[in-house]
Amino acid sequence: MKTVTLTMTNPPELYLEGQNITPDAFAGKTAAEIAAIDVWEGKLKSPLGKYFTVEGNGGATAAETRIILRGDCSRLKRVGQQMTAGEIVIEGDADMYIGGWMKGGKIHVKGNVDSFCGLAMEGGELIIDGKAGHHLGSSPRGEWRGMQGGLIRVAGSAGNDTATFMNGGTIIIGGDADIHVSTHAEGGTVIIKGNAKGRVGGQMVKGDIYVFGQIENPLPGFKQVGEVEQEVDGVKARFIHYIGDLGERHPVSKGKPVYGNIYTRI
Amino acid sequence: MSELLIKNGFVFDPLQGIRGDRMDIAVKDGRIVETSALQHPETIDASGMTVMAGGIDIHSHVVGPKVNVGRLFRPEDKLFKSPLKRCNRMEMGFSVPSTFKAGYDYARMGYVFVNEAAMPPLHSPHVHEEIRDTPIIDNAAMPVFGNNWFTLEYLKNHEIENNAAYTAWLLRATRGFAIKVVNPGGTEAWGWGLNCENVHDPVPYFEITPAEIIAGLIETNEHLGLPHSVHLHCNNLGNPGNYTDTLDSLKLAEGYTPKNNFGREQVLHATHLQFHSYGGDSWGNFESRAPDVIDYVNSHDNITIDIGQVTLDETTTMTADGPFEHHLRALNNLKWANTDVELETAAGVVPYIYSPKVKVCTIQWAVGLELALLSKDLMRTFVSTDHPNAGPFIRYPRVITWLMSRAARDATMKTFKWLERTIDATSIDGIDRELDLYEIAQMTRAGPAKALGISNTYGGLAPGMDADIAIYALNPENMPENPEEIEKALSRCACLLKDGVVTVRDGEVLTEPPKRTVWVDVKVPENAQVQRDIYEHFLRYYSVNLGNYSLFEEHLFNPRVIEVDTTQ
Amino acid sequence: MPKRIENVGCPYCGVCCDDLVVTVSDDGKKILEVENACAIGNQIYHHATESERVRLPRLRQPDGTYKEISYDEAIDYAARVLYNAKKPLIYGFGSTNCEGMAAAAKVGEKAGAILDNCASICHGSSLLAIFDNGYPSCTLGEVKNRADVILYWGANPAHAHPRHMSRYSIFPRGFFTGKGHKSRKIIVIDPRYTDTARVADIYLQVKQGYDYDLFNAFRTVARGHEIPEEVAGIKREKILEVVEIMKNARFGTIFYGMGLCHTDGRNHNIDIAISLTRDLNDFTKWTIMAMRGHYNITGPNQVWSWQYGFPYCLDLSKRDIAHMNPGETSSIDLAMRGEIDAFFNVATDAGAHFPIEAVKELRKHPWITIDPNICMASEISDLHIPVGIVGVEVPGIVYRMDNVPVQYRKVIDPPEGVISDEELFERIYQRLCELEAEDAAKERVKTTAEGIPAED
Repeated sequence: MKTVTLTMTNPPELYLEGQNITPDAFAGKTAAEIAAIDVWEGKLKSPLGKYFTVEGNGGATAAETRIILRGDCSRLKRVGQQMTAGEIVIEGDADMYIGGWMKGGKIHVKGNVDSFCGLAMEGGELIIDGKAGHHLGSSPRGEWRGMQGGLIRVAGSAGNDTATFMNGGTIIIGGDADIHVSTHAEGGTVIIKGNAKGRVGGQMVKGDIYVFGQIENPLPGFKQVGEVEQEVDGVKARFIHYIGDLGERHPVSKGKPVYGNIYTRI
Repeated sequence: MSELLIKNGFVFDPLQGIRGDRMDIAVKDGRIVETSALQHPETIDASGMTVMAGGIDIHSHVVGPKVNVGRLFRPEDKLFKSPLKRCNRMEMGFSVPSTFKAGYDYARMGYVFVNEAAMPPLHSPHVHEEIRDTPIIDNAAMPVFGNNWFTLEYLKNHEIENNAAYTAWLLRATRGFAIKVVNPGGTEAWGWGLNCENVHDPVPYFEITPAEIIAGLIETNEHLGLPHSVHLHCNNLGNPGNYTDTLDSLKLAEGYTPKNNFGREQVLHATHLQFHSYGGDSWGNFESRAPDVIDYVNSHDNITIDIGQVTLDETTTMTADGPFEHHLRALNNLKWANTDVELETAAGVVPYIYSPKVKVCTIQWAVGLELALLSKDLMRTFVSTDHPNAGPFIRYPRVITWLMSRAARDATMKTFKWLERTIDATSIDGIDRELDLYEIAQMTRAGPAKALGISNTYGGLAPGMDADIAIYALNPENMPENPEEIEKALSRCACLLKDGVVTVRDGEVLTEPPKRTVWVDVKVPENAQVQRDIYEHFLRYYSVNLGNYSLFEEHLFNPRVIEVDTTQ
Repeated sequence: MPKRIENVGCPYCGVCCDDLVVTVSDDGKKILEVENACAIGNQIYHHATESERVRLPRLRQPDGTYKEISYDEAIDYAARVLYNAKKPLIYGFGSTNCEGMAAAAKVGEKAGAILDNCASICHGSSLLAIFDNGYPSCTLGEVKNRADVILYWGANPAHAHPRHMSRYSIFPRGFFTGKGHKSRKIIVIDPRYTDTARVADIYLQVKQGYDYDLFNAFRTVARGHEIPEEVAGIKREKILEVVEIMKNARFGTIFYGMGLCHTDGRNHNIDIAISLTRDLNDFTKWTIMAMRGHYNITGPNQVWSWQYGFPYCLDLSKRDIAHMNPGETSSIDLAMRGEIDAFFNVATDAGAHFPIEAVKELRKHPWITIDPNICMASEISDLHIPVGIVGVEVPGIVYRMDNVPVQYRKVIDPPEGVISDEELFERIYQRLCELEAEDAAKERVKTTAEGIPAED
């Protein structure tokens, strides 16, 4: 694996859009060629080297390319968008759409991220050591096929609208989640280690939500059906099991309706 | 004075019976002229290429309120699916393109005239605003009549003259082109969440049946002598077993003969017939009945059809058949928009994925092709995808390639998950017919122009007609082995002349010559009763004032009016 | 002789009354009388000719005062601001015609701007819900002719849309509703007992911020499941009663306002209202409609949808492809995050409507206001360009709250020399083309952006 280190030395006045900062785009390129790759600040298109110093060459393939981002990247969007393989490490905060439409590989953000990260993710891993903003692992506007696969792990809390229209994959939130979790979901798993504020599983068709803390305002469309013991993210615990959203349509499998599940830890 | 000579192309013009002869076409000041009329023409070398009139689309949903709902409520139809800008304006969207993209894409395919398939009269200013923003191509738009309260009330009592006077008034008010009928009676029933499932199912409250509406409108149309015939979307669209309802609808045209001065020979155009040619009584035993339906059409000269070919894409369905869209929403559980329009119509919009992995979809694909390939008169059988309902219009080149090449059909069928069942449920595998370029010119130019009653201006290459000419890099004497090459050549024409202006070259739009709005102005005897009825209905039932309903002249973009005088 | 002009469309709210009769003085310069309009609509007409109007563009001077300049100078200034900014924002359009919006889009596309409208701070959340769940709706005439159950949720038309109830919903007699008010059941759901609630047969005082939960309860009951004793402050029996009324309606309409689309959860409240409307169509006929505010705030949603496929929050900065994602490309978010370096306030008053932090952030960069009137935005601008008042001095097409286009008239001429939004934007567009050509002539290296191309 080869490592390309980008250091933000000349931060943008506005925000920078870096959808080309991916192992896929860097693979097979030298440091000089990488410095010539396009980034956008509003309508201004510039070479990446205008904002970053670039050290190291890309690997032969995306899978053999690691990108390390240093300096203040808190105004940098879209890193790792649509990446299929390889690795990205962001050593501080980053802005929106980190790991959006990600298909494979791994992104590790050591700080916080803003909204729309892991949007429409299909595979790979997105690890965030800090907090995440809104629409984590959610679906792009109007798209009913949301997150399909992969893993998002946030150490801190997440904003609202996590996992909207989720279809598959796993999202683990170490802290609390704001309102709307797995709205319209038809699959996938969300694990909240802290508390959830409310509207958990609204309009949910299928899928699983685990809440280790409390749901402040549970929805009337969920019904308690029993207690279960399960191992969740390495923790074995007992949970109260609810099914719902009973106000929503549900598919029938082998003569039985399939519901969304919420488990709250006892 | 601009003069152009298109030299040495293989010319196909079914209106004149020209079948691929190598000849020159002369253009002067936007019109086609005799070659002897030119003095110092610029020349375009078309040797080894196919020359046809600009394409005519008889049925496409490109402008208007429900099209715009489709655009508005599907941002995902743009995301990673829009091409980069290469003309004057951005081109956004896949299944429901922006107005700019629609104009450019039609031009790139060599099309020059598109008939908007359904205009809700109350929304006509919206339709005309979108027409203004659709570059290059000429547009007409058909107001919907089949569920209009005036129409229902007049036809209930068989008052053809009154209905004719109202029809003339509405065509003028909306600057419309022809009588469109969508799910007659059924859409009005949808006002109560109901439907009319066959032509004898009475319309709630109005005491009339769909059959009476269809027949009454055919009579009205021939009474007026409009350029186009009644343009019908039959009842019970999209359901297993609906072919009997379709045959019942088509039979209503029996006994009627066309009366008009526009060269039109049919009294009924049955649109997107693919959606209406199904057998079986459930999705389990769903099958094609295309042979039965096209047999009937083959033996009845007073009917034309377009096929409504499924293209196997993710698309957006939209129709003034409100109850159907509600039904579809329950099948695929996707987002659903509905717009009921007071006294007039109701439209619905639902995204839909025609997947080669789904048996019903692949049978639908076969049904459309069967209709075309089993047709005995391609001057009465037209290419359409009911854009965007069965697929986006940018797939016409692919549809044509399927029609021209058994190998292309076989290659597509290889991708079907339920190939055996598709073959069992249809006759597609037994059809070897491959259409030639003359037949394609019939289905995409001459035929639709004649059926629309505009073949004196569009759809042919005779002197005096508009110089709308498409040149394709296809040599009929040496057609490409690989069907994909045919699709490519038809997608991006080598050259398009619009009104004599070189508009497209090598598939790229060079310029945007002024486009037109084509509408039909009918003069009828004064009719005090109809005037009073209009006044009363606006006073009591409409939510806009009569004085603001008719399109203001300032909102009509570059009109070309076709005049009809019934008072002579 | 004073002139009476009939069928005049009112440039106030989304009800778009088109039955006004306006009497204009002999010389065509003064509006004497306005019939049929509500008090607010009436005021708009009288204000046009009674108040002192700004007749020339005004440019901010170093000493803080405004100086009048010519339209040519103002157009050049505006074009240069757009040309030099990296990410200009053109926002507003609640109160102009569609022709002006189309012309503004041309400018936005050429300038690589963000193009946004007042829906961004209003019914934008409704648009988000429409993206996700559709919009089973109808025209207002359908409601008048057919509806026997009317539900107002988080809306107070008695104040915000004064003629809505009398023209379309509660009181009018239509084709199948000959008994008018008597043939209709009125339900009002609102945390406040409003003047609209006073005419309701059933009033539900939903607990503030719990609308989503109440919809969830309605849906759960409609599917035959049980719900808790009380939801969102409403007793179970009451919820059951309302669901029965809704299921047994012949034709029902949910009208909702900002009380629903701007409380907690925003778009999700609308989304689940749409889900409920879908569900009810399995029993009978139900429709839903947003109570859009300004008379033509529906207009930019329509115009930009047919031009770009997006109704608001359009990011045209990539120049070859449009992008939209409210939350990122929405005016307030862009302003608060400092993503914008020039601001055009058009046919609205961002100075009054935006949060103060957003205004402060935008004020760090050039701010241009295009509006007929003096407003808070015009008073903090670097440049104020006056235009004619649509519906009074400028005709054009507007879209009513139910997306029906209504053709507006002019009743008087604008003050001498004052141009329309459409003409202004056309001229800014021309100037932008000239600036581009000048630069191209100087052979300066031009940056042509490439957005995110289509996946083939």
